[in-house]
Amino acid sequence: MKARPLARDRAFSQGSNRRGTGMLIYTLKRLALAVVVTLVVSALSFGLLYLSGDPAAAIGGEAATDADIANIRNIYGLDRPIYIQYLNWIGKALQGDFGMSYYFRLPVSQIMAARVPATLILGCSAIVFALIFSIPLGVMAAIRPNSWVDRTALFLSVMGQAMPSFWLGLMLIVVFSVWLPLLPPSGTEGWEYFVMPTIVLGYFAMPAIMRLTRAGMMEVLASDYIRTARAKGLLPGSILFKHALRNAVIPVVSVSAVQFGFMLGGSIVIETVFAIQGMGYLAWESIKRSDFPTVQAVILVFAVIYIVLTLLADLLNGWLDPRIRVT
Amino acid sequence: MSRKFSLFWMIVLFALILTASPAGAGKANDTLNILHEIELSSVDNYFNTDRWGVVLCHLLWDSLLYRDLKTGEYKPNLATSWKFVDSKTMEFDLRQGVNFHNGDEFDADDVVYTLNWVSDPKNGVKTQNNVNWIEKCEKLGKYKVRLKTKRNFPAAAEYIAGVMAIYPHKYYAKVGPEGMATKPVGTGPYKGVEVVPGKSITLAKNENYFAAGPKGKPSIGKLHIRFISEVNTQIAELMSGRADWIWRVPQDQAEKMAKMPKITVETADTMRVFFLHFDAANKKGRNSPVNKLKVRQAIGHAIDKATIQKTLVKGASRIIHSACYPSQFGCTDDVVKYEYDPAKAKKLLAEAGYPNGFEIDFYGWRNRPEMEAVMGYLNTVGIKAKIQYLTYAAVREKIRVGEVDMAHNNWGSFSIHDASAFTGNFFGGTTDDNARDPDVIKWLEIADTSVDPEVRKKNYSSALQRVAEQAYCIPLWSSNMNYAYTKDLNFSAQPDEIPRFFNSSWK
Repeated sequence: MKARPLARDRAFSQGSNRRGTGMLIYTLKRLALAVVVTLVVSALSFGLLYLSGDPAAAIGGEAATDADIANIRNIYGLDRPIYIQYLNWIGKALQGDFGMSYYFRLPVSQIMAARVPATLILGCSAIVFALIFSIPLGVMAAIRPNSWVDRTALFLSVMGQAMPSFWLGLMLIVVFSVWLPLLPPSGTEGWEYFVMPTIVLGYFAMPAIMRLTRAGMMEVLASDYIRTARAKGLLPGSILFKHALRNAVIPVVSVSAVQFGFMLGGSIVIETVFAIQGMGYLAWESIKRSDFPTVQAVILVFAVIYIVLTLLADLLNGWLDPRIRVT
Repeated sequence: MSRKFSLFWMIVLFALILTASPAGAGKANDTLNILHEIELSSVDNYFNTDRWGVVLCHLLWDSLLYRDLKTGEYKPNLATSWKFVDSKTMEFDLRQGVNFHNGDEFDADDVVYTLNWVSDPKNGVKTQNNVNWIEKCEKLGKYKVRLKTKRNFPAAAEYIAGVMAIYPHKYYAKVGPEGMATKPVGTGPYKGVEVVPGKSITLAKNENYFAAGPKGKPSIGKLHIRFISEVNTQIAELMSGRADWIWRVPQDQAEKMAKMPKITVETADTMRVFFLHFDAANKKGRNSPVNKLKVRQAIGHAIDKATIQKTLVKGASRIIHSACYPSQFGCTDDVVKYEYDPAKAKKLLAEAGYPNGFEIDFYGWRNRPEMEAVMGYLNTVGIKAKIQYLTYAAVREKIRVGEVDMAHNNWGSFSIHDASAFTGNFFGGTTDDNARDPDVIKWLEIADTSVDPEVRKKNYSSALQRVAEQAYCIPLWSSNMNYAYTKDLNFSAQPDEIPRFFNSSWK
């Protein structure tokens, strides 16, 4: 015979179900929004690209006559209404076919596949580098506010935000490739090629994470439950890492997700300086060449990466803080 | 403890750096490491409009003829002799005993297939201007072909010698442009080893290259070409010894690099001519000030070309007065010259009805500092030029439809040493012609199609004189090219922007 659940257990179970349903609805809402944002981004970028110049003229090059350009428009279907071109493209893109690059005359998916690894390696190593240095520095700055550690962390933050990435990259190249020939200045042939780009890209992301960690830690360290923990006689290390950092680091996770998206999509300058043929560099060069299919595909991939990372951060926040689900 | 920990990781990192794969030094492993700033769209010679495409054309393939830069003569290459049968027909006797890199024997079938295929518009060759004059090519024997042109085309030999690579017909029929782009096969002094699209191209010496050809046997074992867009990174690569050869080095950087002990800096003039391009014909009826002759002449007198060339362009570039490059057949410098005279410029502007000057949009797409210098000089005579710096495709489209009153234009003539490639292109009634002068169009039609050299010269001269008198364009200067390379290399730069690595060697 099955025992009847106690009233208290039933209430807990109902509450748990409500929380599960709420989370599901919240997830579906965010997913729907993500899909809409993706479509809007792709449609807007498709339209904006037409303002950068006539793709047929760009494909034709210097020697192309008007007749050649008209012929190119016909061959590539550029003489059709823009919305037809867009619908045709998005339909194929959903099936994984991004078309042929006007410039390379190769499938866009093949070109992107060759570029993704370098961007992924650079993005992942840079975010790891940024987290490894910025979180401890942020914690130390929060433990001893206005001390020399805090001032040094602040100085590094300001430097990181103020210093142009390309300049830092070139300075590292001058020092570590020309003066002390220890590291190669450009390329992607081995791990050593990623050391300098990782430092430059990671350093750019460090200030935001470091300042957020510091602010979060200072707020948490001043809270009642930390005071209670101290009063209970817990070890300082335990208070700091088990109780304080776990709470302070929640917004850092969200920001890191966005920073990671930036590192994957926004590393154009770094990729250019260090001649890393990644996705950012491909996007930049393709815009200059009016290589529409490639630009469209790269924008879509970047948009999806950003949206997925933001979605994950939203869901994480929603899971951690039920108040967010309601709003 | 933590200090020991940090020290440990520093030692590990340093050890890893020291054990990292070393860069391949050029001379030591007989590999010339070359850097170029633009990713090549396709290695297939007929499907790119890049400068590096022209360079590769001479490395990987051969044409029927070869232009001797020193004498200007066309020498036999894959052809052993050639002649004009009539004004529209040429016949070529072909070289025997030549093999493609894949072992296929070269003969008339390859010439016939290549020239007929590339000149067929439906195959979508990108460099239409280079091939659209071909009517057809016929086989007369295993080593003899006849080439017919659609019209009288006296510059045919120049085009054939320049960019008309001959492909192995069986291979090309099988792999097409995509296959040729990734696994190029030709008869040239270098053969393709590896092509990584958008990244690098590796070539190896063709040990079986025919010695009797005008290019001569190559000396350097391997050419490794990488694409790096950032010039500062290129310079760092050269200084660190990982690269052996770069070009298009900015003048200020070149002057500093020239003082370095391990680097040679060489400066050469190029065929690329910069000029102010006016909408003299008032194509769209917008009634711009530059529709008036005196305004265009005033602009010509307002710019101190010599000072800009001496202080900004520098190097081996030269002042240009005529709408062509001096070494091109038919080009003459015997035209009206617009000397720097700001007082005269102001007087002409006043006579044209603009005593206080005017405002004008100034379009451009290359060498912005030079544009700004021109803008400064125009400003001193009252012309407020507002720079519109766009992409090449956007500017050209606007020029063609008559939406650009004044542009800072430039043209490299595809290294074709014939005025038809410049004067004919901009003033021969083409879509790029913003002068639309019927007399000029008539003279150029005769000059571009006559087979009599004297008739051609006379008509080019008439056209160029009129273009200068009417200031349809104001030629400025030729572009300067700086090369920087390791002292270990024997290299000689040429004005046609085609580095001949098959003539280079290690010291």
